[in-house]
Amino acid sequence: MENLSLLMDGFGSVLTPENLMYCAIGVLLGTFVGVLPGIGPAMAVALLLPVTYGLDPVAAFIMFAGIYYGGMYGGSTTAILLNTPGESASVMTALEGNLMARAGKAAQALATAAIGSFIAGTIGTLLVVFFAPALASVAVEIGAPSYFALMVLAIVSVTSVLGGSPLRGFIALFIGLTIGLVGLDLNTGQPRLSFDQPLLADRIDVVVVAVGIFALGEALWVAAHLRRNPAHVIPVGRPWMSRVDLKRSWGPWLRGTAFGFPFGAVPAGGAEIPTFLSYITEKRIASRKGQDEFGRGAIEGVAGPEAANNASAAGTFVPLLALGLPVTATSAVMLAAFQGYGIEPGPSLMTDQPELVWALLASLLIGNVLLLVLNLPLAPVWAKLLRIPRPQLYAGILFFAALGSYATNLQAFDLFLLLVLGLLGLMMRRFALPVLPLILGVILGPLMELKLREAMAISGGDVAGLWSEPLAVVIYAVVALAVVAPLVLRRVRPAPAAAAAELDHPADDEEKVR
Amino acid sequence: MSTPLDTPTTAESPRTSPGPDRDLAQLGLAGALVVVGAYTFYDATTLRVGFGDPVGPRVFPYVIGAITVVLGLLLVLATLRGDTPQAEGGEDVDLRHPADWVTVLKLVGVLLFTVLTITFLGWAVSGALLFVGCAWSLGSRTLVRDVIVGVVLSVASWYFFHEGLGVILPAGILDGVL
Repeated sequence: MENLSLLMDGFGSVLTPENLMYCAIGVLLGTFVGVLPGIGPAMAVALLLPVTYGLDPVAAFIMFAGIYYGGMYGGSTTAILLNTPGESASVMTALEGNLMARAGKAAQALATAAIGSFIAGTIGTLLVVFFAPALASVAVEIGAPSYFALMVLAIVSVTSVLGGSPLRGFIALFIGLTIGLVGLDLNTGQPRLSFDQPLLADRIDVVVVAVGIFALGEALWVAAHLRRNPAHVIPVGRPWMSRVDLKRSWGPWLRGTAFGFPFGAVPAGGAEIPTFLSYITEKRIASRKGQDEFGRGAIEGVAGPEAANNASAAGTFVPLLALGLPVTATSAVMLAAFQGYGIEPGPSLMTDQPELVWALLASLLIGNVLLLVLNLPLAPVWAKLLRIPRPQLYAGILFFAALGSYATNLQAFDLFLLLVLGLLGLMMRRFALPVLPLILGVILGPLMELKLREAMAISGGDVAGLWSEPLAVVIYAVVALAVVAPLVLRRVRPAPAAAAAELDHPADDEEKVR
Repeated sequence: MSTPLDTPTTAESPRTSPGPDRDLAQLGLAGALVVVGAYTFYDATTLRVGFGDPVGPRVFPYVIGAITVVLGLLLVLATLRGDTPQAEGGEDVDLRHPADWVTVLKLVGVLLFTVLTITFLGWAVSGALLFVGCAWSLGSRTLVRDVIVGVVLSVASWYFFHEGLGVILPAGILDGVL
């Protein structure tokens, strides 16, 4: 119960008119950017990072919480109204959601997504309140070898579980690790891979990496393949649900939450698997009841995956806060934000910065409420954003990407780096290299090196020191499993990509994504 | 830092036939990986090893460089065995047509122009030019409207950062005017 009183303290520091305003601005900005086509939550958070520069940490994180949930919600709007998921986690939402919209039930689809996100986000955040401190109090005890092993687990599982090709995942990861090497060596202070450039010896700012790879890379990729005919947006009224819709939704909401949270909370990363599991579970339950509307726009198929998506997003705060380990692109960018405030990620975060952590958790709950209150009535306004002409839209994204990278250090060199990283992001999309392993490599690479050197210094240079702790041995066993499991899973179930392909069947040729 | 410097050339090599057989442009990526990995490895050899640090500054770059080279070679193998990437789709992406690298080059040109002139022109002017240039590159032909939007965006963001966040973006040639 101590957690609850700490959470109340968190509410105490968040619930000032000024902070509530920051939270509301965050929600609106996050939704605004999240709804824009081509921008997922990770890019939304990366693009909006500079907006928080002048704020004190508590206010900044309150705003982040709003941006985070706003960006998540915005993604479901595009998925439903445009049949185009901005990120892999919204694929399942788009599947039935767009069919509902086509059948004239866009309002109900948006409503069940919004309320489902709210319920899953609230339950998920409350679970974080209970799990994260417990995990963190255990985690502060773990030594450098086990912490190193944990980071290996995080990057290996994220790299090999996600995406179709482990080879491409590992290529992306090692490009990221290489970028993470650039700069002064932690112990001896020698510049590595810096080409005698003092600005490079200073390390590459993670914000510039994130904005370059996400925003600029995406904009350049779209520029190379811009759809010349305007996308077809389904008109939407005010979201609402009938009693029947509500009755059909609450089961999927809760089941989706149950699927989503564990997947987010264990460093296995990704909302793809839980949203997929939720979708097929709801489909199975519906057909058992003999009322299978799946394939024609079943509300259960929106409610379940959307709740799973949000619950897993909330779940990722467990490893992020308790261990300092990001497992999704969005939480990686959040971690970069922590570091920007001089806050060291790691198991001691919750004891070092209690006010900040509890304020963040409280504002996640408040952001969730504001999201629902502000966005249900505003849905028709957000839908209008989908009609912004594409040249101006992407010009705007490039404008804000440049602004964000430039404002970090006020160096023209950062803009040059942004351009180079944008071209790298373009190349990664061309060759289907996943973005997440790269970002994790950039952030976790230097941390891993630090812990490795600590561990080796403790053992006096004996490599056996790396598995001197039982926990480390267990984690390495899990790592081995994480490499093998996807190979087995791929035989058992169809890849998410294959399921996504179903999405195209009902669509007429004009609107095909692929 | 050689990663991004080397890779764009492979990205811009035009894709001739996106046929089902082989994607030979992948060999360019593989080559870039080998070069980057090898350079990372070489760079590590130039470092001095300190005392009392059993791992030292070299081990990480050695491992990362070596594995990057191996991954490049594996990619060569995969490419020759017919592994093709499934390029990423998206909301405004139409993959049925060949890539339009001219537009990308225009955008890169606009961004380079911004990099070179921002210190002199300042954000308010540079940002507006960036917006207008990008919109034009992407096919917008409503120049007057774009200029108005660009100016409003850049001046507003300058004041927002200046007043709201306390981040002083350089005013450049407009110093004293803003």
